Amino acid sequence: MANDTKFRNRKFKAVGTRPPRPDGLDKVTGRAKYGADTFAPGQLVGRVLRSPHAHAQITRIDTSKAEKLNGVKAVITSKDLPDLTDGDSDLYDTLENCMARDRALYDGHAVAAVAAIDAPTARKALKLIRVTYTILPHVTDVDEAIKPDAPIVQPRVYTSGVSPKPKSPSNVARVSEFGHGDVEAGFKAADIIVEKSYKTEQTHQGYIEPHACLASVGPDGHGELWVTTQGHFVFRNTCAALLGMDVAKLTVTPSEVGGGFGGKTHVWMEPIALALSRKANRPVKLEMTRNEVFRSTGPTSSTSIDVKIGVKKNGRITAASAYLRYHDGAFPGIWAMLGAMTSYACYDLKNVKTVGYDILVNRPKVGAYRAPSAPMAAFAVESTINEVATKIGMDPIDFRIKNAAKEGTKSSYGPTYGPIGIGPTLAAVKKHPHMRAQLKKNQGRGMACGFWFNFGGETCTDLNICVDGTVTLTVGTVDLSGSRTSLSLIAAEELGIPYERVKCNISDTASLGHNDMTDGSRGTFSSGMSIIFAARNAIDDLCQRAADTWGIPVKDVVWKDGRALAKGKKHRKLKSLSLDDLAAASSNTGGPIAGHSQIVADGAGVSFASHICDIEVDPETSATKVVRYTVIQDAGKAVHPDYVEGQFQGGAAQGIGWALNEEYVYDENGRLQNPGFLDYRVPVCSDLPFIDTQILEIPNPNHPYGIRGVGETSIVPPLAAIGNAVSDVAGVRMTHVPMSPPRIRKAIKDKQA
Amino acid sequence: MMAGTLVSTIINGDQIEFACRPDETLLEVLRNRLGLTGSKEGCGTGDCGACSITLDGRLVCSCLVLAVEAEGRKVNTIEGLADGDTLHPLQTNFINHAALQCGVCTPGLLIASKALLDRNPNPTDEEIRFALAGNLCRCTGYDKIVHAVKATAKELRKQ
Repeated sequence: MANDTKFRNRKFKAVGTRPPRPDGLDKVTGRAKYGADTFAPGQLVGRVLRSPHAHAQITRIDTSKAEKLNGVKAVITSKDLPDLTDGDSDLYDTLENCMARDRALYDGHAVAAVAAIDAPTARKALKLIRVTYTILPHVTDVDEAIKPDAPIVQPRVYTSGVSPKPKSPSNVARVSEFGHGDVEAGFKAADIIVEKSYKTEQTHQGYIEPHACLASVGPDGHGELWVTTQGHFVFRNTCAALLGMDVAKLTVTPSEVGGGFGGKTHVWMEPIALALSRKANRPVKLEMTRNEVFRSTGPTSSTSIDVKIGVKKNGRITAASAYLRYHDGAFPGIWAMLGAMTSYACYDLKNVKTVGYDILVNRPKVGAYRAPSAPMAAFAVESTINEVATKIGMDPIDFRIKNAAKEGTKSSYGPTYGPIGIGPTLAAVKKHPHMRAQLKKNQGRGMACGFWFNFGGETCTDLNICVDGTVTLTVGTVDLSGSRTSLSLIAAEELGIPYERVKCNISDTASLGHNDMTDGSRGTFSSGMSIIFAARNAIDDLCQRAADTWGIPVKDVVWKDGRALAKGKKHRKLKSLSLDDLAAASSNTGGPIAGHSQIVADGAGVSFASHICDIEVDPETSATKVVRYTVIQDAGKAVHPDYVEGQFQGGAAQGIGWALNEEYVYDENGRLQNPGFLDYRVPVCSDLPFIDTQILEIPNPNHPYGIRGVGETSIVPPLAAIGNAVSDVAGVRMTHVPMSPPRIRKAIKDKQA
Repeated sequence: MMAGTLVSTIINGDQIEFACRPDETLLEVLRNRLGLTGSKEGCGTGDCGACSITLDGRLVCSCLVLAVEAEGRKVNTIEGLADGDTLHPLQTNFINHAALQCGVCTPGLLIASKALLDRNPNPTDEEIRFALAGNLCRCTGYDKIVHAVKATAKELRKQ
C-alpha cells in the first residue's frame, strides 16, 4: 500500500482547497531572495565578454592589459576551463557553449570573463581584453542552413538518425521519424487533401529575473553556489563535471526563481562564475544583463513546417504527415524530434508520419520553453485542421471531435493512451458560452487543441514530525509558482491534519538525494507522489508508536483524520491518539518520527487543452487586439485550483505574445537587433483581457490522487487558436508567426493581388 | 576612479545617507549599498518596471534615476509598503487572489498599484490595465493581478 501509485477515488479534505501560499508574505514584502539578492563578504563582480560576431575564428585573446588593471582579481578564457568531458558530446557542447574555445558560434557567445572589485573596474577590464577574430560566413535561417552551400556550423556533427552513416558533416544534426500505418495508401484513399507550409520565428521565455549567481570555490576543492535555477541537483552535476570538482563537495543552494519556463534548466554562465571564483579565491557574483539574457541563453527554435492531411468527405482523416525543420542554435538538440512527437498527439489516426530535422545555425543554443517544440507543431497542424474542415464543410470543433484521440488510441508518437481529456475539452468548448458570444465588426473567432506529455523522474523527499506535531517537508524540486502550497496540501491530506500545520522547504543539494529538475510539469506530480509515500511511511511509524503505547499488535491500529485508532471491539476502551500526542511522546517511544521517499516517479499523465479566442484586427493598421480568451484543460486533479488557473492563464499569455508580437530579429551580419523588452514585445497588462479558465478533472490512473502535470500544455494551443481567429477576420490563412501587423497586412494584400 | 558624492535622503520614512558615484543608479544604490533588494533589476533600461519605486510620490523606474537625484527627496520602496506587521490591503489581496506566481515582478506591481490607487481610488478595469502597463509579468497573464487591485480599490473606498 505504501508505494502504490494507482489512483484511488476519495473525498478530499485539503487537496482542492484554496489556502494562501506560505511564501506569499516574503514575496509581497520584498523579503524573498532571488538569484541576485545575496551578498558575500569580499565578493567580486564578474562580467563576461561576448562575441559580436555570428561566426568567427578566434585567432588570439590578449588578456594581459586586463590582468594588470588595478582591482582585477581574475581573468579567464577557455584555457581556464580544460576539457574534462571525456567523450561525452552533450557535456562538451555545454562546455563550448559556456565559453567559446576556438570559434565564436553566435552573436553573444562568451569568449572571456573577469572578476574585479566593482562593476566599473570589471567593465573597464572587459574593454582591455583584445580578441582577434577572423569573421567566417554565417547562417541564421533554418531553411538556408540546409542548402548545400550553407556554411557548416559544427564540423564535428554528422547527421544522426539516417542510414548509412554520412561521410561529411552537416547542419542537419538529427533526423527523427514517428508514426504508424501507411500514409501513401491513406492519402490515396482520401477524397480531399490539404497541404500547407508554415513558419514560426524564434522567441524567448522572457522571465523577468535575469540569470544570477554567487559562486565561492576554495583551493581545497570545496565550493558553494547560490543560483536561480530550476534544477540545483542537475546544475551541481554539470558544474562539478566541467570544473573537475567532486559532486559532493559542491553545494548548490537554489534561490527563489523569478520565472524559468524551461530556460533555467540549463547552465549558461554558472561554470564561468565558479571558474572565476576558483582562480581569484574569492566569492564572485555574476549577473546577466537583459541584453545577455536575450543573446546568450536558450531561446526557442524558429521553424519551417510542411503539413499534409487527407480526409474523406464524411470527416474521417485517412492520413496525416508533417515534415518539421527546427533549428537548435549552434549545438545539436532534440527540438525537432519533440515537435515530430507532439504534432498529431491529439488525434486518432490510422496512418500518420512525422519527420523532424534538427538543424544547426549561428544562433544561441536553443533551450527548453514550456512544452518545448509543441506550440509550433500545433500551429501548423491545427491551422491545417481548420482548412480541412472548411473544405469539407464541417464545423471545426465537430471535425476535431470526430478524429480525437481517446482511451485505447495508439498515439502518433507511440504509446497507447489511457483515459485522456481531449474529448472532454472539445465537448466543453462546444458548451462554453464563449462560443455563443456575439462577434463585433472586424472580429474573428478561433479555437485549437494542444497536448503535452508531462514527466516524472527522480525524486527524493523527507517528511519530519516536529515535537509539537507540526510537520516539516523537505523537497528537492524548486518552487517556481506555488508548488510549496500544493505539496503542503498533499501532506496535510495524507496525514489528515490541517494545512497550516505543514511547512514545506526546498533543500539545498547537501541535504537530500538527487532530484531531477522542476520542468516537464513534474514538480507537483513527482514531489507530490514522493510526499504521499513519505507520509505513508511516517504513518506506519506513528501506528507502531500507538501500538507500542497501547501494548496491542500494530495490525489493530488504523490511521484516520490525523489520529491513531485501535480497531475492534476488544480495544474500544482505548482513546485515540492524535499526531500531536504521538509527537510529544516520541522521544520515549523510539525517537524522532519521520518518513522518507526516493523514487523514480512514473506514470505522469498526458494533458490536453482546447482554447477559444476572439481577435479584432484593425482594418487600417492590422493591429490586433485580444478581445476574449478561454482556456479549457484537463488537470487530472487540481490540488490548488487558484494556481492551476494561474498556470492556464500564464501559459495562454505567453502563447498570445508568441502568436502576435514576439520574435528575434537578426540583421544580415547575424546580429540580434532586439535584445531588450522594448523591441522584443511581450504582452503587457493593457494588451490582454481577463482569461477565463475551466479546469476538467479526468484522473490520471497512475497517480494516487489522479494528478497530471498542468504547467505546460496551456502554451500549446494559442498560436493556432489565434491563427484560426486572425485568418477568420483577415479572410486569408495566416502561415507565419508572429502574426504582427506587417505580416497581416502583407497576407491580406497578397490575397487581394 | 570617479569621486564619490554624499547623498542625504528619506527612504521609507527613515533619514538615510549614502555615498555613491555620479553614474550609479538609484536601483544600484538601493540594492548594493543599502541592502534593499526588494526592488529588482529586470532589464536596466526602464522597460520592465521591476525596479518601480516612488520618488516624492511619483512612480518611477529606479534604474533610470541617478542615485544623486535622490538628494533631499522622499523615496518609497516595497520594503516600506507594510506598516510594521500590518500589510497594506494590496499586499493581502495579492496573496488572497493568487496574483503572484514567481513573485519577482510583485514588488514593482505593488508599488505601481499603490501609485494608481493613491491618485485614482475608483479606477475602471481599463484604467487599471493601462496604469500597470509599465510592469511586465510573465507568469500570471495579469488576470488575477487586476482582480486583486479591483478588490483593494473597493475595500479602500469603504474605509
